[in-house]
Amino acid sequence: MTTMITLIPLLQLVILANAITFEVKNIQLYVVDQDQSQVSQQLISQFQHSDYFTMSGWSSQVSQGKKAIQDDKANLAMVIPHYFQRDLITQKHASLQLLINAVDGSAASVSQTYTSAIINNFASRLTRASGAVNISTGHIGLDNHNWYNPQLKYSIYMVPGLLVLLVTMVELFMAGMNITREKELGTIEQLNITPIKRYQFISGKLLPFWIIGMAEMAVGLFVGWLVYALPFVGHLWLIFAGSAIYLLVMLGLGLLISTVTETQQQAMFVGWFLMVVFLLMSGLFTPIESMPLWAQHITIGNPVAQFIEIMRNVLMKGSNLRDLWFQFTDLSIMAVTVNALAVIRYRKTHA
Amino acid sequence: MRSFIGFVIKEFYHIIRDYRSLIILFAIPAVDLVLFGYTVRNELTRAPFAVVDPSRDQVTTEIVQKLASSHYLEFEGYLKNESDIDPAFKAGKIKEVVVFDRKFAHKLTHNRSAGIQLIADASNPNMGALITAQISGLVQQFQATHASGPPAGTPINIRSRLLYNPDLRSVYLFVPGLIAVILMLISALMTSITIAREKETGSMEILLASPLRPIQIIIGKVVPYFFLAFIDVLIVIIIALSIFNVPFRGSVTLFLCEAGLFELTALSLGLLISSWSESQQTAMMTAQGITLMPTFILSGLIFPISSMPRPLQWLSTIIPARWFLVIVRGIMLKGIGIEVLWKETAILGGMAFLFLFLSLRAFKVRLD
Repeated sequence: MTTMITLIPLLQLVILANAITFEVKNIQLYVVDQDQSQVSQQLISQFQHSDYFTMSGWSSQVSQGKKAIQDDKANLAMVIPHYFQRDLITQKHASLQLLINAVDGSAASVSQTYTSAIINNFASRLTRASGAVNISTGHIGLDNHNWYNPQLKYSIYMVPGLLVLLVTMVELFMAGMNITREKELGTIEQLNITPIKRYQFISGKLLPFWIIGMAEMAVGLFVGWLVYALPFVGHLWLIFAGSAIYLLVMLGLGLLISTVTETQQQAMFVGWFLMVVFLLMSGLFTPIESMPLWAQHITIGNPVAQFIEIMRNVLMKGSNLRDLWFQFTDLSIMAVTVNALAVIRYRKTHA
Repeated sequence: MRSFIGFVIKEFYHIIRDYRSLIILFAIPAVDLVLFGYTVRNELTRAPFAVVDPSRDQVTTEIVQKLASSHYLEFEGYLKNESDIDPAFKAGKIKEVVVFDRKFAHKLTHNRSAGIQLIADASNPNMGALITAQISGLVQQFQATHASGPPAGTPINIRSRLLYNPDLRSVYLFVPGLIAVILMLISALMTSITIAREKETGSMEILLASPLRPIQIIIGKVVPYFFLAFIDVLIVIIIALSIFNVPFRGSVTLFLCEAGLFELTALSLGLLISSWSESQQTAMMTAQGITLMPTFILSGLIFPISSMPRPLQWLSTIIPARWFLVIVRGIMLKGIGIEVLWKETAILGGMAFLFLFLSLRAFKVRLD
């Protein structure tokens, strides 16, 4: 049980972080070439040479292209109409059509951008080759910089968040089931008649889990650094200070769950439900900024969201305590509230 | 057969008597779908940006106004100079900074060229790239409308048609996906503790001593939960259609059949976990380890499978939700039928059969 609890999270960290990327690669392109001219051939070969595209098929029927998209054989169909080459040469202007599977909206807009870039590039080379001079007056040059993650690597953004999540799962469930188990087994009675004080009892229950959590955090950071070259831009002590408070919140929450539930099953149900809500509203997978405003306000009460924010900002940007005072205060308030509630509830049920 | 029916009815009573757990089983999927339908999104909305503009002339003001009026972006004000950018990013208040050249308008008219730097907080690479693309697009639009002289027309005109989801709404992508994931989690969770509980409380002996055959016990455990889970299916689909207005273009009958099949797969997986575990605690932890994170990450719910490294693409094929996701999105958004989805359906059916078979095997071992 203990090995399962500690090993599975680490294994998940090492394996699953690789799966997480919004990057769009291997766009399946279906070509409907009704023109079958030299120019259309040249255009198609531009796509064949691109790393982002894979040819999924070729036909001269638009219906075939639509079918390929429907059957998930293609993400995108490019329709080159009749007289494409003729129009381009005689009228200096021609159109073509893109059919894009937009079920995944963000992937669709990215593939649209890539495709347009290749076509425009091809078009401008054609114009240059034909000698037409393209004078654009007042050109605005755009220069893009990506700070903190210049290679746009997804893993270094995800690993700190995943680590938070995996530590949370272990702590919340272990602590959540701990007292309930004593209740189920009846050993809680024995503990209640010992001269031990309530706060001593609660802190005695918390401390071992707290130490396990801190150790797990340290190991996880080390693995992240080893496997994913996690950057450590900020101060490490801030991370551990954050972990210390955060673990108190989660353990307190676990204890609170176990004081309000009677069986391990109920404790696990509640813990599970909280976990899924915390997870999907934490900004781990989808950004908090994309949520509606009311939901963004709710995340103030989500310890996972706050701690992930601390982890990412410290590790990637080197934010300091002044930048993150809100998150630290928020977590501290939660820690005090939750643990106070746990102690009060515990007294009520056993007074 | 009569004893089997009696057993199924007994199991039904067991579940219905515990009305608190019952409420949880119906409330969790409903609450989850409503909450996550609103929150699991990845499009750009009101991304905060700031501007460093040493020239503050007519052109730069116009560009800033154009950016500020986009509903994807939110103008947070001017920064004094470039050294203010890093602290602003570190405090997390803004995601992108637009830096104009000195004497921007002057350069644009006299040198025929002026520069803008777009600096993104790329700690979230996806957001960074999206915001940069958005701002670049707006600046290029500005340039196209304000360019003096002959318009620099592109010789090839591209007309794009976005099929199935023309407004590029991520709700249409995520809500059908969430249906798959929520059903998976709740179903596997439901059955994962059933047999383990009988073992822990000792009532397993009684069951084994009864004239029921193992296969009847296994099926009898699944049947009641199958009905409960089917109510969950109806709840989530009604929410998806009424609250989130996700289009439903395909056949409702086919959807219900496929959902039933998927339920069966998930319930059987739970049952398998249950017959492998000795205690409820182990069963729950295993169910969580196997279903929660792998389903979220590897099913294609949020992250496209085609972008994953090869070995993980292979790994994703053993995730049942991955196949049901293709089915739900196919039926709801594309309106396709069984003639396209037969492969996914067959895989789900095969998995359900395999899980049931394996739990039967694991169950028999406990007999001796």
